[in-house]
Amino acid sequence: MQGRSKEVESRATPAESITPPTEGSNGASVRKVWQHRHLLDLDTLSMDELELLLKTAETMQGVLQRDVKKVPTLRGRVIITLFYEASTRTRMGFEMAGKLLSADVINITVGSSSVVKGETLLDTILTLQASTADVIVIRHGDSGAPYMAARVLTHTSVVNAGDGAHAHPTQGLLDLFTVQKQLGSLTGRKIVLVGDIAYSRVARSDLWGFTRMGAQVVLCAPPTLLPWDLLNGRTECQGHPFSSVEIEPDLRKAARDADVVMALRLQQERQQAERIPSLREYARYWQVNEEVLSLAKPNALVMHPGPMNEGVEISSSVAHGAQSVVEQQVSNGLAVRMAVLYLLGAPREQ
Amino acid sequence: MLSSDGDVMTTAGQKTLMTADDIRRALTRVAHEVLERNRGAEGLVLAGIQTRGLPLAHRLAERIAEFERTKVPIISIDISLYRDDIRFRTPIPSGTSGVPTDVERKRVILVDDVIFTGRSIRAAIDAVLDLGRPQNVQLAVLVDRGHRELPIRPDYIGKNMPTALDEQVKVHLQETDGVDEVVILKRGGG
Repeated sequence: MQGRSKEVESRATPAESITPPTEGSNGASVRKVWQHRHLLDLDTLSMDELELLLKTAETMQGVLQRDVKKVPTLRGRVIITLFYEASTRTRMGFEMAGKLLSADVINITVGSSSVVKGETLLDTILTLQASTADVIVIRHGDSGAPYMAARVLTHTSVVNAGDGAHAHPTQGLLDLFTVQKQLGSLTGRKIVLVGDIAYSRVARSDLWGFTRMGAQVVLCAPPTLLPWDLLNGRTECQGHPFSSVEIEPDLRKAARDADVVMALRLQQERQQAERIPSLREYARYWQVNEEVLSLAKPNALVMHPGPMNEGVEISSSVAHGAQSVVEQQVSNGLAVRMAVLYLLGAPREQ
Repeated sequence: MLSSDGDVMTTAGQKTLMTADDIRRALTRVAHEVLERNRGAEGLVLAGIQTRGLPLAHRLAERIAEFERTKVPIISIDISLYRDDIRFRTPIPSGTSGVPTDVERKRVILVDDVIFTGRSIRAAIDAVLDLGRPQNVQLAVLVDRGHRELPIRPDYIGKNMPTALDEQVKVHLQETDGVDEVVILKRGGG
């Protein structure tokens, strides 16, 4: 289902050189590069596919700058957002993205749906497919829930809008897009992810995305908050996807010459066991503040996927300072989600 | 011989319909016609349809600058998001966000390389109208190959070329393909 196409693996056909069809020249089809029906995480996306997504997002951003922000692209399609967890920016981002592409968007919040009557996730998903949904955007507290949905759905696309502590691919994509827009490129950039990486689905998707795009990722966290399930074996196994990732628990060392410092939300709601001695101690060692930022490159970007615990993982002055691109992350999220919906709407080879 | 369509050159049944000189002369005439019809370059905007309409728009603007000493603004139109066949073939968007240009009460001249069914032009008209309300929209094409499926007609034509439905007309431009020429080839000829 998520297998990459032959063309992508061989990287034989760069998008620009595809022979155009009969009329005009606006011809190259995304089908040559993109073959996915679902977007579940960034781990299955090739560099070509990520580049296509970023390029598409760039076009969408052009639409957002216009007076008329709406295009007729997905007219007649139905998108359903199904959120089992609280969210403002992601759910609203998908709803707005769908509407600006002229799709019909229906939001289901679990509190007011049949789920409270005891309907299972499986039944809910099948019901939505039966009601002719083209795309279902799912957020669920359990890791893997969107994968289950993707497995049972025969003709509906699934977008993972965050599953447990596992993945949040559109947030990962918007982080890639933000860095690329601000710095011009991703290759070779030093990206420091700071803090609660193990419980951050955003950080996990970022890890896949940034490494695939050739950035130098440094993880900085207390050992209890590192994603060991992903990192294990990275020094011993050949071809491990994260063999280039560095681990540096000392933030003052990790931040040196960084292009991007990304603070992550301390996921207090997802931590069962005590992973840190106290918030005060955590803030002292792993808070991104002005002192830390002064060690990074002069124009380094400060990022945070939000919502922020100001005073814990990031200081207020840095969060709202000149180098912060937190707001750009939000507005770029819209363009990226439009790009995702556009590409999932593309026809696929059977 | 060609960088991007190298394999095409080996196909049997290819014929050159316009040489670099033919293209140059046709564009010069179209530039004059545009100026004549609009009585000068005042209030004109050239809207190049990506990919090959855009370099053509630039070339027309150069000639207009030569004849009238006026710089005509150029906008780039990406019709990927406006196509009516998106369910069958999703095009790769250009990846350029384009500077919002004021088309309000301007005379917008759409520029494309080939007009065939007219569906691309229909999409381009919609795209232009979403940018504002132009005074009018005109259409200039390098090649009209017939077979319209919509009631759309170009105002300025570089060359009329009667074709069969199974033939392909390809415009190659220096800027995008490294050579200036218009060729016609039979589908599946190689």
